Amino acid sequence: MGEFIMENRYILGIESSCDETAASIVKNGCEIVSNVVASQIESHKRFGGVVPEIASRHHVEQVTLVIEEALAQANMKPEDLDAVAVTEGPGLVGALLIGINAAKAFAFANGLPLIGVHHIAGHIYANALMQPMEFPLLALVVSGGHTELVFMKEHGSFELIGETRDDAAGEAYDKVARVLNIQYPGGPHIDRMAHESDEAVKFPRVWLEEDSYDFSFSGLKSAVINYKHNAEQRGIEVNPLHVAKGFQDSVVEVLTAKTLRAARQFNVKQVIAAGGVSANKGLRKSLEETFANEGIPFYVPPLKLCTDNAAMIAAAGTFMFEAGKRSDMAMNGRPGMELVSWHK
Amino acid sequence: MIWLGIDTSNSPLAVAIVKDGQVVAEEVANIKLNHSIGAMPAIERLFERTKMKPAEIDAIAVGEGPGSYTGVRIGVTIAKTLAWTLKKPLVGISSLKLLAANAALYNGVICSIIDARRQNVYAGAYNTTAGLTSVVEDGHYSLEGLLEKLKDLNVPVMFVGHDVDLFWESILAQLGNHAVRAPFTLDLPSASQLIQLASQQELPDIEAVHSFVPQYRRLAEAEANWIKEQKGQ
Repeated sequence: MGEFIMENRYILGIESSCDETAASIVKNGCEIVSNVVASQIESHKRFGGVVPEIASRHHVEQVTLVIEEALAQANMKPEDLDAVAVTEGPGLVGALLIGINAAKAFAFANGLPLIGVHHIAGHIYANALMQPMEFPLLALVVSGGHTELVFMKEHGSFELIGETRDDAAGEAYDKVARVLNIQYPGGPHIDRMAHESDEAVKFPRVWLEEDSYDFSFSGLKSAVINYKHNAEQRGIEVNPLHVAKGFQDSVVEVLTAKTLRAARQFNVKQVIAAGGVSANKGLRKSLEETFANEGIPFYVPPLKLCTDNAAMIAAAGTFMFEAGKRSDMAMNGRPGMELVSWHK
Repeated sequence: MIWLGIDTSNSPLAVAIVKDGQVVAEEVANIKLNHSIGAMPAIERLFERTKMKPAEIDAIAVGEGPGSYTGVRIGVTIAKTLAWTLKKPLVGISSLKLLAANAALYNGVICSIIDARRQNVYAGAYNTTAGLTSVVEDGHYSLEGLLEKLKDLNVPVMFVGHDVDLFWESILAQLGNHAVRAPFTLDLPSASQLIQLASQQELPDIEAVHSFVPQYRRLAEAEANWIKEQKGQ
């Protein structure tokens, strides 16, 4: 986007859609100046998952601290900024509202423009922090709340070509982890266990209709539960490593195959992965190998930019800022917000 | 000395600017508008109408709860972010004391009530004879439990707050002619009242703003259950 930026742009990003309170300053939409994340994961572990009310309470405790730290690490003052970008949705509404109201108050007090950013647009734009995005582009977005294939013909243009019809991939990981009595958050543990095993229980692959880019993971989750019940009833010992590998193999094969088919059909120049589950080593390896063979450039951000962070919100916010997008002081949290193009 | 006051701890919205002990602009509304939609635009209007700039404010007062969890958090988040970025002190005032202060000219005991659903209330009782001293501590009570405490005082009690009407029959049944209903003009929180209460307190250090949190007066349900489980083991 260098050609239409005349001067350096510094955007403050704020993110609080789930259990991370985060603030970051990004220069020109592509360079991280500071990136601060206060994770609540330790607090939620005792409940076996994120409790929305607890998350909201922690966000209020952390929000001014993380913004202050983001400014301090960047050695910048509010007047050095060009705008404030904040996650508007989707997410936990009570959690979103803390980041949004802090962003509004900060923008108002310092006379800065305010930009509401879609959380998934943020995950996709985490890639802009690593290398320029080349269009047409295909994004596989996989996280605890999302499993989507998004086609982009240019910056700010999003076409949803496939999504999960039931559980998100990350949700399936957490549920299977619970079945295997693995502590929350289970995704990284399953990934590690799958790597430690050479043998896999054979679980089904859910392809849906032949031409569909949609996903379904609830049947796979049920298959894991049934396998464990059957084994227990017959007195056969369940090897959790074999179950983890079998489950991960199924998820990774379906995600990779559908992404490859879409990349071919839409003739894209770049494929990117985004979201918390794109930190999964098995998935990264499979996508890297597949697209290396195919000759299509594939990128996935480093781990700390796959999980929720504010640098990705600032990055997406910068491109929205350049496109003239602004929000006002009446911005509300939008838990079910849809990903809408900002370039018509 | 210029104060900004914000209270969104329950469904009403109250904001005001007070300069040297005079109200410059004040807004109150009880229209059930989501505070995330209503609060910042109301603050923006205050500054527009008074032709003031945010940096001219010397201190900020906020209703710290109890009340609606989300409502309290919106007011506190706005107030603490403004206070932090403008480097001004932030003073929190109980949303129950705030309502009681509306009836401070009444001679005796005032009880402010906020609906906490399922026949529970957030309530506090204050005696006005020596300033506003607490006689029933701010807290989360069953309506029944609260009324027993008030009955034991064996004095007339004035009830204030826009949720009082929901419980008025039960209050009358328990307290009889000791139950006094405040006029409706005193039922909504006032941000100038909030500033008046805050200005009587010593101003905290501006560094304290980061640790400022709402006074929920109640554990989150999941946390309460978790503690119960731990005790059971």
